[in-house]
Amino acid sequence: MQKAYTNIIQIAGDVITVEAEGVGYLDIAEITSRRGVSLAQVIRIDSQKIFLQVFAGSRGISTGDKVRFLGHPMRVATGDNLLGRIFNGNGLPLDHGPVLSEDLVDIGGPPVNPVKRIIPDKMIRTGIPMIDVFNSLVESQKLPIFSIAGEPYNELLSRIAIQVEIDIIILGGMGLKYDDYLFFKETLNKQGALSRSIFFMHTAADPVVECLLVPDIALAVAEDFALKGKRVLVLLSDMTNFADALKEISITMEQVPSNRGYPGDLYSQLASRYEKAVDFQGAGSITILAVTTMPGDDVTHPVPDNTGYITEGQLYLKGSIIEPFGSLSRLKQQVNGKTRSDHRAIMDMMIQLFASYRQAIEKQSMGFQMSAWDNKLLKYGKLFEDNLMSLKVNIPLERALDLGWQILADSFSPEETGIKRSIIEQYWPKK
Amino acid sequence: MENKRIGHIIKVNANMVVAEVAGHIIQNEVAYILHGTERLKAEVIRVRANRAEMQVYENTAGLKVGQEVEFSDELLSVELGPGLLGQIFDGLQNPLPALAEKCGFFLKRGVYLEALPDETQWDFTPLVKPGDKVLAGSWLGFVPEKIFKHYIMVPFALSGSLEVISIAASGKYNLKQSIAQVRNSTGKVHDVFLQQIWPVKIPICAYAEKLRPLEPLVTKMRLIDSFFPVSRGGTYCIPGPFGAGKTVLQQLTSRHAEVDIVIIAACGERAGEVVETLKTFPELVDPRTNKPLIDRTVIICNTSSMPVAARESSVYTAATIAEYYRQMGLNVLLLADSTSRWAQAMREMSGRLEEIPGEEAFPSYLESRIASFYERAGLVRLHNGLTGSVTIGGTISPAGGNFEEPVTQATLKVVGAFHGLSRERSDARRYPAIDPLISWSKYKGFIEQEKEDLGHEILRRSHEIFQMMKVIGEEGTSLKDYIQYLKGEFFDFVYLQQNAFDAVDEATPKERQVYIFNFIYDIMLAEFKLDNKQEALHFFQKLRQLLRTWNSAAWGSEEFKKIEEEIEIFLAARA
Repeated sequence: MQKAYTNIIQIAGDVITVEAEGVGYLDIAEITSRRGVSLAQVIRIDSQKIFLQVFAGSRGISTGDKVRFLGHPMRVATGDNLLGRIFNGNGLPLDHGPVLSEDLVDIGGPPVNPVKRIIPDKMIRTGIPMIDVFNSLVESQKLPIFSIAGEPYNELLSRIAIQVEIDIIILGGMGLKYDDYLFFKETLNKQGALSRSIFFMHTAADPVVECLLVPDIALAVAEDFALKGKRVLVLLSDMTNFADALKEISITMEQVPSNRGYPGDLYSQLASRYEKAVDFQGAGSITILAVTTMPGDDVTHPVPDNTGYITEGQLYLKGSIIEPFGSLSRLKQQVNGKTRSDHRAIMDMMIQLFASYRQAIEKQSMGFQMSAWDNKLLKYGKLFEDNLMSLKVNIPLERALDLGWQILADSFSPEETGIKRSIIEQYWPKK
Repeated sequence: MENKRIGHIIKVNANMVVAEVAGHIIQNEVAYILHGTERLKAEVIRVRANRAEMQVYENTAGLKVGQEVEFSDELLSVELGPGLLGQIFDGLQNPLPALAEKCGFFLKRGVYLEALPDETQWDFTPLVKPGDKVLAGSWLGFVPEKIFKHYIMVPFALSGSLEVISIAASGKYNLKQSIAQVRNSTGKVHDVFLQQIWPVKIPICAYAEKLRPLEPLVTKMRLIDSFFPVSRGGTYCIPGPFGAGKTVLQQLTSRHAEVDIVIIAACGERAGEVVETLKTFPELVDPRTNKPLIDRTVIICNTSSMPVAARESSVYTAATIAEYYRQMGLNVLLLADSTSRWAQAMREMSGRLEEIPGEEAFPSYLESRIASFYERAGLVRLHNGLTGSVTIGGTISPAGGNFEEPVTQATLKVVGAFHGLSRERSDARRYPAIDPLISWSKYKGFIEQEKEDLGHEILRRSHEIFQMMKVIGEEGTSLKDYIQYLKGEFFDFVYLQQNAFDAVDEATPKERQVYIFNFIYDIMLAEFKLDNKQEALHFFQKLRQLLRTWNSAAWGSEEFKKIEEEIEIFLAARA
């Protein structure tokens, strides 16, 4: 019943322009070319001219090809049938299983009414002291991992995924290396987590703009599960690729770039995805962990910069450790007051002292004389790095706190730590 | 005869829609796009021949060429009247709790509810009698709203001297019942209601004159009040990179600031942060009134995933409500978080209008828009001689944390105080992360000027020595300089830094600030018997711990006095 149009009047970048009538903004179309059928989305309407971004790329599209508008926005199947399945960036199966078309929901649905949100207060324990003690992860948090290429961010993601208690894991891969995709699959499989996972995979070999749909699809599915009471963890890797795809389209559409070629609405675009993280009153929740690779380790690059303003903190992965400075969980205060009475004191003072340790290191490297205090700091920093900071450490929060006290006691006298007396009296290790 | 002007869509580009209209078009008028059963609100922002270019306050998915657009003849306006306090609105003044009741978890587009329910009855008491001469903004009577007398005023839109013809007797009235009639000099009679409508982008100026803001606004943040004070009716900005604590600072201010009313404009920021305010304010008690904080608060919230255009209007909505309460002789604090998101909303729209971009693609009118927003602050004398004030504090989220960017620079030109947050301070967990070396204020605080100056001097000197020590090492620094450095650090730790998670330390009232400041001032001037650096370091570490414990002791408590004595003894031993 939908009419097919064949008058493509312009092909520029991955955007084609076709003359058509009665087309809705953001509707989906199918383009049949010699390379097969590809999906496309309406991104601008100018009277008869309809601009479409073609997810499979415009390569090989002829001006005589057929464009068929489906008359609805992008939709994705939801429900338990998806569990254990692997799909591509358009929601089509990659695992030889059947195509799913039940319980279709529109992607990119409306925002949650703020008054229907609840204050997140459930800590997610990861067994990683740098997260549990210093930057506690909280259910419904949106937290990116800032990292440079080559850091073990995907390892960290998968480790968190299998160690935390959560009902469903949804992995959205954008420009993921095929090896990394296999790594995720194997790790989750080995830990028996594959049956509660869903993959939406866009690999580095796929057309760039195809990854634009991945976050929306992954989050639409997650939202459906969350509304049904499930606690969902969404892993997105890597959001910088997503932003780059946005950049490509906006340049093609001749939009004025704001900063290093990125569109002016980059913040809003990223925010509308990240803000899907939510704890529904009386239903489930969505927690988002995303990887943002920083070109040139530059945190002021527009993608990590805008991300940092949106997310509730960030984990800064550098030199294979979660860097204590720069890493921050904004929601930690919601949960770390209820764990153990020394949690906050340990968290604050260990980091302040670690800052002094870094200064002492600097001093040492410049060849200055080390004072007795500096030597204490050096000892402390080393103990901290080896016993708590290493990603190899895998211990519960309480043991990590005890270990923190031990490290302090091995290095300092109580008043040198600057911790309040009442806490010292209760927790300072007795020799 | 009603003759609605209708247009038809010819272009859709994200949240900009262009319609062709038969008949006239008014700049900034509100239009509704008819999409099936949905009516989507939009505002005309540019007119070209018979084409109206509109920013749509909703998601535009599914809109088609040819769909009808209805023009309303009205500018984007808000309802002003009793019932605003304690409310939570979106950027277009939709009450969010009522929307949640109606639509559930999600914000359904095209659903608009009344900001103030018409049928609520208010207990009106008249203040004037027929024959009285009044002006726009004059008080005609009042109704009780929470803890305030909510004055009912002559509509701000009227001009010249007016005469009261009739005034309602004491009793219960709803928002739609006329409570008075006034006649202007040409003999035209106007009805006055408990509620009035005002266009958000136009400031309310129904007062006698604007005054210089001189009286300090106490925020109970030591670093602000003692070093970079803000005056009632003044303006200030808080730029800072992400994670430096802008929002926490705003939240603390919204709780503790000594003002009558706080308007929070959460503009394009995280929903989670608004939720914290929404959920905690009804339970937190305002120590001055013993009523829940929410009773003195209005929240305008347009978080980052809500439609972008409404973000632009949200700061104006907030400013208008603030000005409205100022007309009642109240002190209002407007906190906008974050003005960068508001500027970005302008930038997005400007891009879609294909305007020639300025720096970083911001529109060329960015500066004038920012200036006119902050100019809505001010201390004013009303026609009846009383004063009221609107203080505006805006956060800025500069790209890359770089203060050279256009929004920060444009704001610095027009505000009276600058509280610059720094990454170094927040990384070192020194909160509030306001950097004392770069911040400034043009207002006068309650700490004696020379003492305040000396405080600045100590911090500057300490920093200089610290920088020097990096080059020449601790061993190359004299003991005198080293002690100077330690004093600065000590001052920073026990006075500038404040623990937001300590029930006592999070807010320091004026008297306590003055007392502690003077106490520390004496320490700063004192000479101590310290023989070497090791000893000096140890001395100040110990002193720091004592003062920190003191900071957590309640003002005037036994514990407070006990610790004070302990500190005196400790100091005397080295004097």
